[in-house]
Parts: sequence; C-alpha cells; structure tokens
Amino acid sequence: MRRLTWFNTTSLTLGFAFLYLPMIILIVYSFNESKLVTVWAGFSTKWYGTLVQNQAFLDAAWVTLKVALASSTIATILGTMAALVLVRAGRFYGRTLFSGMIYAPLVMPEVITGLSLLLLFIGIGLDRGIFTIILAHTTFSMCFVSVVVSSRLVTFDRSLEEAALDLGCSHFDAFRLVTLPIIAPAVISGWLLAFTLSLDDLVIASFTAGPSATTLPIKIWSSIRLGVSPEINALSTIMIGIVAVGVITASLITKRASLRQQADERAAVHA
Amino acid sequence: MAQTVFEPWNDPEAKPLIQFKGVTKRFGDFTAIDNQTFDIYEREFFALLGPSGCGKTTMMRMLAGFEKPTEGTILLGGQDMAPIPPNKRAVNMMFQSYALFPHLSVWENIAFGLKRDGKPKDVIAARVDEMLKLTRLQQFARRKPHQISGGQRQRVALARSLAKAPKLLLLDEPMGALDAKLRQATQFELMDIQEKTGTTFVIVTHDQEEAMTVASRVAVMDHGRIIQADTPANIYEMPNSVYVADFIGEVTIIPGKAHKRGNGYDIAFAEGQPTLHSETDAALDNGQTCYLALRPEKVSISAEKPADRTNTVQGRIIDIAYLGNLSTYHVQLPNGQMIKAQAANTRRLSRRDFSWEDTVWLSWTDTAAVLLKG
Repeated sequence: MRRLTWFNTTSLTLGFAFLYLPMIILIVYSFNESKLVTVWAGFSTKWYGTLVQNQAFLDAAWVTLKVALASSTIATILGTMAALVLVRAGRFYGRTLFSGMIYAPLVMPEVITGLSLLLLFIGIGLDRGIFTIILAHTTFSMCFVSVVVSSRLVTFDRSLEEAALDLGCSHFDAFRLVTLPIIAPAVISGWLLAFTLSLDDLVIASFTAGPSATTLPIKIWSSIRLGVSPEINALSTIMIGIVAVGVITASLITKRASLRQQADERAAVHA
Repeated sequence: MAQTVFEPWNDPEAKPLIQFKGVTKRFGDFTAIDNQTFDIYEREFFALLGPSGCGKTTMMRMLAGFEKPTEGTILLGGQDMAPIPPNKRAVNMMFQSYALFPHLSVWENIAFGLKRDGKPKDVIAARVDEMLKLTRLQQFARRKPHQISGGQRQRVALARSLAKAPKLLLLDEPMGALDAKLRQATQFELMDIQEKTGTTFVIVTHDQEEAMTVASRVAVMDHGRIIQADTPANIYEMPNSVYVADFIGEVTIIPGKAHKRGNGYDIAFAEGQPTLHSETDAALDNGQTCYLALRPEKVSISAEKPADRTNTVQGRIIDIAYLGNLSTYHVQLPNGQMIKAQAANTRRLSRRDFSWEDTVWLSWTDTAAVLLKG
C-alpha cells in the first residue's frame, strides 16, 4: 500500500466529511433520548417505536412505494421502447427533434415540469391523487430509462437479432427471446433509477399530489415545518439503511458476475 | 474407380436451385449490385470473392432476406423470394461475428431454430445431438458461448445454422476470426460437412486461397458485378480479364499489340525486344491492344539462353522474395517491364544460383501465358 501524504489525507477527510457528516448527525440523533434534536440526552430507540405507530407516516410510505413501483415500471416500458426507436430506426424524418425532446426533461427544472403537469391535470379536470403522481413520475423518469437503455443498445450487435429472425423468429419473438434477455441488466438498472427517482421526489409530487394521497417526502417536508421530530430522524435512518443495503447488494452481485465471466473466458482460452 | 465429375453448370438439363435474374440493388445513389444474372446449383459450394465493398455481402443478405432487390427477381427452387421474410425462408446464415446468443448454452443455441418451428421435444433433442456430433462439440453442450474457445464458437455457429437442414446455407466470412492454422483445418472440415449434409453452401470471403480451397465454383466480383464465375482451376488458368488474372494469385501483366501468326498471336510489347508468342482461341484484330497474363511459376529462370523455348527474354534481377520453399525473382527487362519468375528452392540458400543484379534469361512456352483483351 502506498502511504498518503498529509495533503491527500486532509482532502480525503474533508471530502468525506462534507458528504457524510450531515447523514451521520442525522443517524446519531435518531437514537437520542431527548425530544430536542440538538441536545444529546442518552441512547434510546423509542423514536423507532413511536414511528411504527404513526399511521400518517405509514400511509405516506405505502403511497410512495405504490407510486414508485407503478411509475418506474411504466417508465421502463415506455423508455425502452423510445430507446429502441432512437437507436434502431436509423435516420427518419424528425429524428433529431424526437431525440432532443426525449432528453429535454433531463435538464428541465422540476418546478416547470411540476407546474405544467398541474396545469394539464386541472385543464382536463383530472382529480389529483395517487394516479396523477404516478403519471407525473412516469413522465420525468422515462427519459432517464431511455438514456440508460439506449447507451446499452448502441453496443448491441444487430446480427444477434438477424440471427434470431434467420432461425425463424418473428420480430416480436426476436426481441422477447434474444434482445431483451441480453439488455436486461440495462433495463433493470433503468428501472432501479426510475424507482429511486420516484421515491425521493418532492417537487413534482407536491405539484401533482392531492388531499387523498401524500408521499413520504411531502409528509416529511410538511412535518418539518411544525418542528423537527426525532421520529423523522428515525425514518430517514431506516431509508438510508434500505438504500445502502440495496446499493451494496447490487454492486456485489455485479462484481461477482463479472469476475465469474472473466474466469470463464480465461478458462476458454486455455481449453 | 470411375468418378462422375460434379459440374451441373455445364449440364443444360440441370435445374438451378437459385436464380438471379437481372438483380440490381441500390442504396440511395450507390449501386451495390448491378444487373446480375446467374445460377447456383444444388449441392454446390459457391464462393463470392472480391475486395471489400464489391457487393458480395449485399448479395448474401438478399439471399437471406435482410435486403430486397431494387430490380429483378431471385428465385429459390423456381419460387420468387421477394415476398418471403427471412424467418420464413428455407435459408440459414452463419454470421461473421457468429452472433451466438450469449445468454443461452451451446445446446440451446443449436436448438433455437428447431424450437421456433414447434418441433416435438424428442425430435429437437435428437437433431441437436446429431449436430453436436457432426461438429464434435458433445462435451461442450452445457457451456455458454463465452466459456468456449473461438474455434469452438465457430463450430457452434455452423451447427446452429445447419440444424434446421436448410436448402441453402449462407456463410459470411466464416473463418475471418480464426488464426491461419485453425483456418486451414476448418476449411477442410467445412468441405467435409458440406459433402456429408449435401447442403448447398454460398460463402462470402475476401480470402482467395480460402475460396479456391473450398469452392466448387468461385465468382470473382468487382463494383457490384460478377466478373467471372468458374471453377477454381479455370479462374486461375483461364481468367477472362486482367482484373481476374490480377486479383487471383501472382501474375505479370505485359501490355502489347497483337498480330496473328499460326494458332496464336505475336505480341509486340517493346521497341527492340523480340515479339512474344502465345497460343489462344480468342480472336483479336491485327494491331489490337492486348495483355499477356503470365503466372510466375510458369516462367523458367536460367543463366544460359534456353534453345527450345518459344519465348525468351533477358533481364536483370532487381528483387528476390524468399518464401522458404519458393523464391520469386523480380526481373527487369531493358525497357523497364518487370516479370516475376518463381523457382523451387531445391538447394540450400547459401548455394543459390542467382543473386541480385545478375543478368538472367526468362523463358516460357507458347501456351503458358493467357492472352487477354482487357
């Protein structure tokens, strides 16, 4: 191992402190005995206990989960279809405009997306609730999916699909049996991205949510305005834990798969 | 043992399997295939040979159904192919990249096409086993494509495209990714499999040795046209044009003016040089510009002027290409014309008869060279 110079050590410490200090404080104070967020009064897990009895939080969590599952699934289907057209159809009339329009929502300020969706829903007389949040989240996360999937499709060998057609597949079968299984990792990471985006979205959800449905980020945000409760710290700690476990598992699985593939290829060369 | 020669193209009774009739393919302004008419017969091993961009791959993709002719028709067994999509054709293709499905095992790859036809399970299993045996892949059936070597992958691709017992198998540069040694072994294996299965093969290649080795007929292509389609021997010994003569093997092309004498022509190629004589069936006008195509192995090299040869010229050795078993001598005549002559290295290099700057005599018979109009 190479020893780090004092300069490197300092910048590393500063950088990580910048990234993680707020989270560490949040986690530590979720175990605080006192109701005051800034005063340490001893270790306790009571806020986790009160959290599971807080029906409003649990309802919001349930809504958030349903919205995230539904919107990320719809966004993955639509985004994958858009990516297929963009990568495969070659040069058709209006292609540049179409691809530009797919990617525009990536850089569009969320406030504008939220506002325009709100105006649309009011305009067509759609009651705001869980359905409108799903629609809104699908709209903005679809372009992320399409970016992820199309970057995979660019390196996809077209002759695989032609081979499937040649062996008697219809175009749909060729996609179902050959293309989709091969690009599945990209589709899954697109889905995961859409899912996380939907989970933590506050801005667009606040524009499109109605009295009948509130998502967790909105709930947290509105309860903060009444004063920060250690319950929120506890809730956030649980969310950090879930995300951390998810990310670590995903990266371990990917790493193991790629290691196995490398070993197999080495074995094949020597066989 | 009496052996019937396989040459259906010379039999007026033979029915061609594939007929190209006035086929033209354009991509925008670019003409990839230019009004081609030719036949391929059953059980043939037909090679499309040419430099990249000559249209050979387009020809193959039209047979597979991935491209449609702009004009003309392609018939398979007398049936127009145009309205039939690739997945309904009795034609299979082996791709240059092999295009093996990475998520399926070797066994599943070979079974893929059979499953699409909805064949019963035991029929599929029997056919896959037969293919595995044919390509000597039995012990790799459960492996994934990335777990086997390049040569094995090539055989899986072949087995997969043969599994459905197509009337016609298309092979797109099938040995492009193999190294030289493996390539040679695979060529013979391919010929063997073609003979065993009796399938008609059409191969696309830019490697002339490969085409000459495997094919019953070779079609030499250039700029979307077949310049000559004939047996490997005829292509080499009787090229119909300077392009074909120059494309296949090594050759010296000597331009000159033809004058009729006896059964052939005298060719005046330079001031102050004796005329060359070549026998030919071709009819040329007196004084017509012609080209003499001379293969280096048909030219003898000697220190003294040989008395019994029709054509003798004197020149100076400029370059020697040592190929181990053979040496090719590049000899320059006084008018600047270079002629290549090849001689077997029957003696050790240190005792070679000729060296750089030596003055030597080149000679060849009156039937050694091919007289071409252009």
